[in-house]
Amino acid sequence: MANTKLKQRLAAPYGLLIDSNTPLSFSFEGQPFNGVQGDTIASALLANDQWLISRSFKYHRARGPLTMAGQDANTLVQLPSAPNTLADKCALEPNMSVTGQNYKGSLARDLQAYIGLLSRFLPVGFYYKAFFRPRGIWEAFWGPFIRKQSGLGNIDQFLIPAYHDKQYKFADVLVVGAGPAGLTAALAAAKQGLEVILVDENPVLGGCLNYARFNLDNSSAKDLLKSLLSKVTAADNIEVMLSTTANSWHADNWLALISGNRLYKVRAKELIVCAGSLEQQAIFRGNDIPGVVMSSAALRMMHLYGVKPGQNAVVVSGNDDGYMTALELLDAGVKVVALVDMRDQDGPSELANLLKQKGCVIHQNSTVYEAFIDKRKHRVSRVEVRSIKSRGQVNGDPVSINCDLVCMAVGYMPTYQLVCQAGGQLSYDDNSCKFSLSNYPNNFEIAGSVNGYWDLNAVVADARNKAQKCVARLRGSLSPELVAPSDSIADRINFSWPMFEHPKGKEFVDYDEDLQIKDIVNATSDGYEHIQLVKRYSTCGMGPSQGRHSALAAARLVADATNRTVAETGVTTARPPFASETLAHNAGRHFYPARRTSMHYRHIEQDAQMMLAGAWYRPAYYGPASNSKSLIDAEVTNVRNNVGIVDVSTLGGLEVRGPDAAVFLERFYTFAFAKQPIGRARYALLTNEAGVVIDDGVACRLHQQHFYVTATTGGVDQVFQSMLKWNAQWAMDVDITNATTAWCAVNIAGPNARKVLAKLCADIDLSADAFPYMGVRQGRVADIPARLIRVGFVGELGFEIHVPHQYGEALWDALLAAGEEHTIRPFGVEAQRILRLEKGHIIIGQDTDAMSNPMEVQMSWAIARKKPFFVGARTIRELEKMPQQRVLVGFSISASDGAMPDRIMPKESHLVLEGEQMTGRVTSCNYSPTLKKIIGLAYVPLNKAQPNSVIEIKCDQGIRVSATVVRLPFYDPDNQQQEQ
Amino acid sequence: MKLLNCPLNGPRNISEFNYGGEYHPMPDDQSASSREWAEYVFFHDNKAGIVTEWWCHSATSYWFLAQRNTITDEVLRTFAASELVSLKTTHGEGQ
Repeated sequence: MANTKLKQRLAAPYGLLIDSNTPLSFSFEGQPFNGVQGDTIASALLANDQWLISRSFKYHRARGPLTMAGQDANTLVQLPSAPNTLADKCALEPNMSVTGQNYKGSLARDLQAYIGLLSRFLPVGFYYKAFFRPRGIWEAFWGPFIRKQSGLGNIDQFLIPAYHDKQYKFADVLVVGAGPAGLTAALAAAKQGLEVILVDENPVLGGCLNYARFNLDNSSAKDLLKSLLSKVTAADNIEVMLSTTANSWHADNWLALISGNRLYKVRAKELIVCAGSLEQQAIFRGNDIPGVVMSSAALRMMHLYGVKPGQNAVVVSGNDDGYMTALELLDAGVKVVALVDMRDQDGPSELANLLKQKGCVIHQNSTVYEAFIDKRKHRVSRVEVRSIKSRGQVNGDPVSINCDLVCMAVGYMPTYQLVCQAGGQLSYDDNSCKFSLSNYPNNFEIAGSVNGYWDLNAVVADARNKAQKCVARLRGSLSPELVAPSDSIADRINFSWPMFEHPKGKEFVDYDEDLQIKDIVNATSDGYEHIQLVKRYSTCGMGPSQGRHSALAAARLVADATNRTVAETGVTTARPPFASETLAHNAGRHFYPARRTSMHYRHIEQDAQMMLAGAWYRPAYYGPASNSKSLIDAEVTNVRNNVGIVDVSTLGGLEVRGPDAAVFLERFYTFAFAKQPIGRARYALLTNEAGVVIDDGVACRLHQQHFYVTATTGGVDQVFQSMLKWNAQWAMDVDITNATTAWCAVNIAGPNARKVLAKLCADIDLSADAFPYMGVRQGRVADIPARLIRVGFVGELGFEIHVPHQYGEALWDALLAAGEEHTIRPFGVEAQRILRLEKGHIIIGQDTDAMSNPMEVQMSWAIARKKPFFVGARTIRELEKMPQQRVLVGFSISASDGAMPDRIMPKESHLVLEGEQMTGRVTSCNYSPTLKKIIGLAYVPLNKAQPNSVIEIKCDQGIRVSATVVRLPFYDPDNQQQEQ
Repeated sequence: MKLLNCPLNGPRNISEFNYGGEYHPMPDDQSASSREWAEYVFFHDNKAGIVTEWWCHSATSYWFLAQRNTITDEVLRTFAASELVSLKTTHGEGQ
């Protein structure tokens, strides 16, 4: 076949999409082929008379193009980089290497085609009925075996995916589909000055106007297309997006459009769906043989790709479109040997006479009952035509007609997917066989054949009406009085029962899944009468084409088998996506937010091992990871004996200002703040309405009406939102700002902290009398404006220095330089956690859980009893009336108890046991380099709360360790260190 | 993606908002019975129908209320919390 002139090419003006002067060579099944620029893989193969393109999923039947529009799974081929590629959609590229898929041996001689002969042993629901005994046999044998037998294409596991990305777009009006309705609607909206996006999955505007025939001399479509195209091209406010699929609708007209490797996320104020219709197949034995196509597919082959679809055609028709197709075929030089009209009344006489004049035999009230395949060419060679006796029944009067093309024109189904995704309801009228869609959202319109209009004038009028409605809504004006167009064709478009069961079957309802008439009927006999159950039991509509050609036929068959109307039976739910989309479209790029403190790069320079705290990066410890344990212990020891600094910028900082600031904090936190003196800090414990401890910090009074409140690193955003939510109800005169990132902070702690700080801070008297524990001062540190808080999370003399964030590195450097003579060292989060544990301070979220109340964590002292209200107060009063269940205590384990820090040590969440009874759990545990023993915090029952009680902890590998309850804090119980 | 009409910022993507639970007027925490208080704290109506809910536009930390039909997911109205005073009155009449 290689290098011969393409015998099935039609000359221009046929072949709108192709450039016959630019040849492309490619290979199919290892054989060289020629196509031209603009071809799809399928059209190029058809031009070479290669109709066998794929093998079906179950019976491995020969398949070729059905719709030429990417609406079916009959042309799935394998590309090196992608399996299951639609050959009638995928543009041909130079040197493409294409193979068929789902066969053994070769596409032409599929060794598994014998499975088709076994079809009567593979009834519907076969998988559910067989393979499940003995237990486990499916997983062990049948599953892998069947997967190998069916399976479709192969994935290249070493493929490096191409770049994919996303883009956002906004439109006043989004029009989906650029056929006659879409073009008209877009123009009408644009004329009113609206921003319009017009999207179509095809590479050209015009939709069916490019190939379908609407009247005898085919003038109406051409004239309309010409006029619409020139106006749309001239309109500045219409953005045309071609080769773009509107793949899903989401709430409030948010649509995902896919174009190549890009996913567009479009928000449209108004949406007009002009998605057209999907032609449906006639159902007869052999309706899947290559060469049996939709009438619209034959038209697309000729007009879009310049492919002559055959030499001798039979058209099987249930509407007038079959006659128009026959005329088109004749014009292109295809002999129409027979037109088989299923209708019992006379067809359109004018058209019929014209066809007869051209030598076409018309068989009224007849159907193609069976198609036969030429086994060498893998293409239809003959059909048997019979007259129709009654609905779905034929007489015994076969007429055999030789042909190489069968065109089916028996009706359409609206492209309902987007509409139904938006909540639309698809209805069917059993008398007129017309579909209608309703119940879609307010800013959503449908126009054209998706709305049941077929006459070209009616389609245009409908589209104009819908655009006007959108314009009126956007302008907020009254909806105009609109007259629904009349349409004489609409009632004649769908033939009521184009289905003819054959004793030998193979009349395909669902091509994807190889389902025949009897499979659907048997599903109902097996008791699955609901259409949704039929779908799941038979797998009808579950293949790649998602019921585009099987939904209507299945609904008709189920309705008939269960004595209901199609309207009552309904169709299955349409869910996104409309067409298949790759994982890469959905995954794309991802952004991982990272928060770095002002001193971040100083930590890196000092060889810190960074850890994540939420999105924040914090230094865990300084030095190589191989040496972590001794480094952390040394950092702890240096704080206890000398002085250290730690970056505490990630602590939350909230500015609470205004006349009601103190009263607000009184209502929000558990403690009392009204009489708090300026220049003092107070512990601030936060409970929710259920009395559960959810955060803590300190509230620093800087002014009568100004508090600076700290919160935990992980909790500040919640605390801030919670403050705002309460004040939305309390309406107090207070302004609340989350200033966390405006400030950075360093805690300098250790016996030498004051000496170091004094070198940098001239304007604040740092002496213990002038600046006592829990004092707050504002001044300058290293000439940087600073807020200083004397707090003691780590239990030593310490100052938290808060400065505007831009001074972080300057402050850090100044402190390290000033502390050089005292061998100051930075310490990380790990050392800080040990230090605070030694001091018995809890960490909210680590030592508390979703049930912890203040009494359980021994913080009753932090509850102000005299004030009238705070969040959680009432619940805490209720809880105090009830017996307390547990309490958080400190425990220690000495070496003699059998636990060793490098071997057996309790960890967070290890259980506290009493015999086999679970009575509590460990929340924090670590080896204390200061105290030289293991210390920790654990929830225990009240009878174990007294110091010197012995508790048993179940550690890793079930090893039990005894621990002794000790009074908190472990270190410096008289607070002499932190308050010196 | 659903839109929610923030009284402060106008219509924004729902991904910019945090849900803040059903709106319940707090009973007087001094005079309410234990049962009333427990029901206020722990029980939600979870009504199929129109409910009033807290929403927060997280980018601006703005709290407001929305009346939403939980059957259709249609938001009927959004309003500032300053309207709560009048709402309380309506609720009172409703009960």
